[in-house]
Amino acid sequence: MSEFEPILLANVNAENSHTRSVYESTGGYAALRQVLGQMSKTDLIELVKASGLRGRGGAGFPTGLKWTFLPKDHPGPIYFCLNADESEPGTFNNRILMEEDPHQVIEGLILSCFATNTTTAYFYMRYEYPLAWERVQAAVDECYAAGYLGKNILGSGYDLDIFLHRGAAAYICGEETGLIESLEGKRAWPRIKPPFPAVEGVFHKPTVVNNVETVACVRHIAERGAEWFRSMGVPPDPENPRDPGSFGPKLYCLSGHVEKPGCYEAPLGITVNELIERFGGGVWKGRKAKAAIPGGISMGLLTADEFDCPLDFAGPGRYKCLGLGTAAVVVMDETVSMVDFLLNSSQFFAHESCGQCTPCREGTSWALKMMQRIKAGRGRLIDLDLLLEIGDNIGIIPGTTICGLADGAAWPLKNGIRKFRDEFEDYIRRTNPEGYAETDPVPALEVIGAH
Amino acid sequence: MATTERILTDEMTEAIKAFIPRYPSKQAVTLPALHVVNDRLRHVPLQAVVEIAEILELAPAEVQDTLTFYGFFKQDKPHGNVRAWVCRSVSCHLRDADALLEHMCEKAGIRPGETTPDGKLTLEFAECLGACEHAPCMLAGDTLHESVTLEQADAFLESLE
Repeated sequence: MSEFEPILLANVNAENSHTRSVYESTGGYAALRQVLGQMSKTDLIELVKASGLRGRGGAGFPTGLKWTFLPKDHPGPIYFCLNADESEPGTFNNRILMEEDPHQVIEGLILSCFATNTTTAYFYMRYEYPLAWERVQAAVDECYAAGYLGKNILGSGYDLDIFLHRGAAAYICGEETGLIESLEGKRAWPRIKPPFPAVEGVFHKPTVVNNVETVACVRHIAERGAEWFRSMGVPPDPENPRDPGSFGPKLYCLSGHVEKPGCYEAPLGITVNELIERFGGGVWKGRKAKAAIPGGISMGLLTADEFDCPLDFAGPGRYKCLGLGTAAVVVMDETVSMVDFLLNSSQFFAHESCGQCTPCREGTSWALKMMQRIKAGRGRLIDLDLLLEIGDNIGIIPGTTICGLADGAAWPLKNGIRKFRDEFEDYIRRTNPEGYAETDPVPALEVIGAH
Repeated sequence: MATTERILTDEMTEAIKAFIPRYPSKQAVTLPALHVVNDRLRHVPLQAVVEIAEILELAPAEVQDTLTFYGFFKQDKPHGNVRAWVCRSVSCHLRDADALLEHMCEKAGIRPGETTPDGKLTLEFAECLGACEHAPCMLAGDTLHESVTLEQADAFLESLE
């Protein structure tokens, strides 16, 4: 793998990499010319299907297959929503792409819109990315000026408009139906599926929602083909008939306690150890690692003994984590208290639960209250079972909520307590020597329970 | 009841209307309209909500419903000259973001969400700012401050006008 040359990050360090002239000097928009001149929409969908590309936003759903769920011969309009609401803690790969190589994203977006017969695309970007906002807007303007957007693109008869739409700091807008509701001007409450967005999405019309990195991959697949894309990554697991494999390059976000945090590109399937050692310069300060989040905080936790976990779509699941998620690896060194980590994670989900489904709204806020109580030295051993009860009972996976936010909130609880139970028990016994064995209900603590 | 004076200027109204052709529904202009007002007034008072609703042919309650969901738009009074968010999510937390936020609150004499009495600063916590490679980080207005030390935080506070 040492000969791997970055694909998605190939140009990010070039001077003025965000401009059209620099992008075109390295072959940018050649794929667009090639496709619009000589390829049918159906052939492009088939090409993306054949590549095995899976969505990079977290769920890993096969992109080409998602596109085929659109109704055939629909009179239109069909809408495309580009999900640039990247908000999963630990994740910043889309930000890098939008800031440093926005034209790569736009070329992929135009190609994806062409394939799905879309003439209007909404580029939904989170509020907290002002530089990305400025650069994507400038890149879109350049594309209109160059005839890559607007009417009759490059003389092909194909029309497309891209409109930027700015979020307002809510994690749930990254959930595809939450994004759709937010775009419609409503509170971002995810929708019950079915109907799936491909059938009825934004403005009651068929809608495609794809991630920024996903469409960037489409640009390269259009240029270099499906076989090339499938030459990288991990083939399907023969033991698992539902695994379509993990192909192509992936942007890994590495942060936390490593010497060199950053966004690094590798073929899908690099292990946590390789990522930390080869790219991250090792655990910082010469310390040992204790744990890592494999793919954004919603994915759960790996212990340091599990760092041989390969970061492909199927890898983290074999280590009792939820999955690859956004491939954001957050490393914790040996000094980190798991109580602090779980308090931080509980705080995040309690703050970001949209409040629509009771198990999530109540579960995340009670988990936070219990973690605050444990942290304050008032924990009881039974709290760990109560926290696990929450973890095992909220989310799509047991079937109690509309969207996956609660699944995400549950995995740090389940992995944290099951993989580090001794540490939690020691903490509770040490900080609450009088009351750790109590099992009676506890009155709420006014001071620390406030949120 | 006294007649309430209009809050939206002609410029704001035009800026909001310019978004309408982009969407098949006027309601979709809600968030862009809230941003138009917030960018200029640093908050979105109730009267502005009423006027946005008028432009978009919605009930004020529909706009207010959306506004309150986000917790982003202040309504009672404008935020400070600079609105700064200190990230508290996991990657920043692991690199002492909690101490950074606490230090800044103490120096500025306010709690998260509050504005200094001189109106120079509104300080808030943020959930993941998406700049984890630069932890602990802070977004102040449109400027991202990377790997912020306590000394840099002090210098930032002193630089405020």
